[in-house]
Amino acid sequence: MKSDRIAAIVGVAESDIGKIPGKNVLQLQAQAAKSALEDAGLTKNDIDAVFTAGNWAWAPNLMLAEYLGIQPKFTDSTNIGGSSFEAHVGHAAAGIEAGLFEVALITYGSTNRTNPSNSTFKSPLTAQYELPYGLPTPVGAYALAAMRHMHQYGTTSEQLAEIAVATRKWALLNEKAYMKEPIEIEDVLNSRKIADPLRLLDCCLVTDGGGAVIVASKNVASKLNKKPVWILGHGESHSHNTIANMPDLTVTSARESGKRAFEMAGITQDEIDVAEIYDSFTITVLLTLESLGFCKPGEGGAFVSGQRTAPGGDFPMNTNGGGLSYCHPGMYGIFLLIEATRQLRGECSSRQVENAKLALVHGTGGVLSSTSTVILGGD
Amino acid sequence: MIKDLIHSAFDEESKPFWDGLMNEKLLIQYCSDCHQYIFYPRTICPHCFSEDISWQESCGNGRIYSYTVVHQAFGQFKGDTPFVVGIIELDEGVRMMSRIIGDKEQIAIDQPVSVVFAKVENELVLPYFQVT
Repeated sequence: MKSDRIAAIVGVAESDIGKIPGKNVLQLQAQAAKSALEDAGLTKNDIDAVFTAGNWAWAPNLMLAEYLGIQPKFTDSTNIGGSSFEAHVGHAAAGIEAGLFEVALITYGSTNRTNPSNSTFKSPLTAQYELPYGLPTPVGAYALAAMRHMHQYGTTSEQLAEIAVATRKWALLNEKAYMKEPIEIEDVLNSRKIADPLRLLDCCLVTDGGGAVIVASKNVASKLNKKPVWILGHGESHSHNTIANMPDLTVTSARESGKRAFEMAGITQDEIDVAEIYDSFTITVLLTLESLGFCKPGEGGAFVSGQRTAPGGDFPMNTNGGGLSYCHPGMYGIFLLIEATRQLRGECSSRQVENAKLALVHGTGGVLSSTSTVILGGD
Repeated sequence: MIKDLIHSAFDEESKPFWDGLMNEKLLIQYCSDCHQYIFYPRTICPHCFSEDISWQESCGNGRIYSYTVVHQAFGQFKGDTPFVVGIIELDEGVRMMSRIIGDKEQIAIDQPVSVVFAKVENELVLPYFQVT
């Protein structure tokens, strides 16, 4: 494993999540940011870099930093969808390595459930070639990928359902999770059809919520009370915007982002103790596991069978209950980082993965468009 | 109206494509430098950055690369369900999204399809496909 310890996640927190009527996205981010700073043992004045992503303002960094009363010396509004926050962690680590700043605040907030933002653009530009056909997005795009994977490899709806069922089991161990009832494979297979082959229980939740992550230099991190969670590797990429332009519907750019993250960390797939993998839909997870190299192309269905990713299984994944069962406020990536950090600190009580030392965090954004992979290590 | 969703994007880059459909022609582009077809329309080749691009009429034949039967749709498409949206790979090698019409029992990945010019509104023709 790479010995360099340059930057670490030192504080994490969610805001209220679920249904939060009356609160706006700035309140949720402020709440999460304050809690994350408390978690880290830092104050607002320690923050010198600001990262956020959202479509609730024309320049979200300006509005958020003003609201929080922060004048940063480094700012980054990279928005590549749900994987933005894994990219932010990579960028923060790079900025710290370059000596540009010492403490970065990364936030996200959304009122997707109670007050969805309706960002409309003057012109749809390249979306003009897809909008007239009425495909519901994003789910329809993921359905196209699932259909192709089934055709190419014989993947089944039962195998996709394994992911939803295993993830729900984790949610039942997380008091913050939105979904509270257990489900069986049959429940997934009998849930309402949305876009073939995907059914309702193949799809993530739509909730409100926010989160914050504090990244700090080794110098700062080593002085804090909690043990730092080191950023060991990072990679990012995007392969397309519209689904018709995805080069191969069964392979995501996780192949590239994951490869770079593993190389940077100097570790291999079999060394990962816990995986937090964006689960906008069950098929998202299956494609990602293959593209990251946890199994071969086409073997994702077999890989997740037998509740392998559930509590007690030999591949603990999405241990907070995931976007499928814990929360999913639009761009979920920040919550993957929060959970991985808590697992590596050993803070997860009944859902704690024993002896978790290395975590893989992987975000996917758009319609399987962007990916960003982060490998984290306990102290 | 479907056209309301997209007409603000009609410009010098895309207008020949939409005008072509009104005349029952499926127009795609061809790069004279790297000899590859291009879809959607651009003024620069995404393969080699050449600007030596010309419009060509597609043969209108291809195969289904993937498809989905939509059971829950939004906005003005809500009442159309169930309907089939697919990605078609044209014989020229480019892919495009489309509706696949006709007998659903015949629709399958890799099935050959050909274009059907569907006048969905007074001023809008869309290139739908059906199994041949």
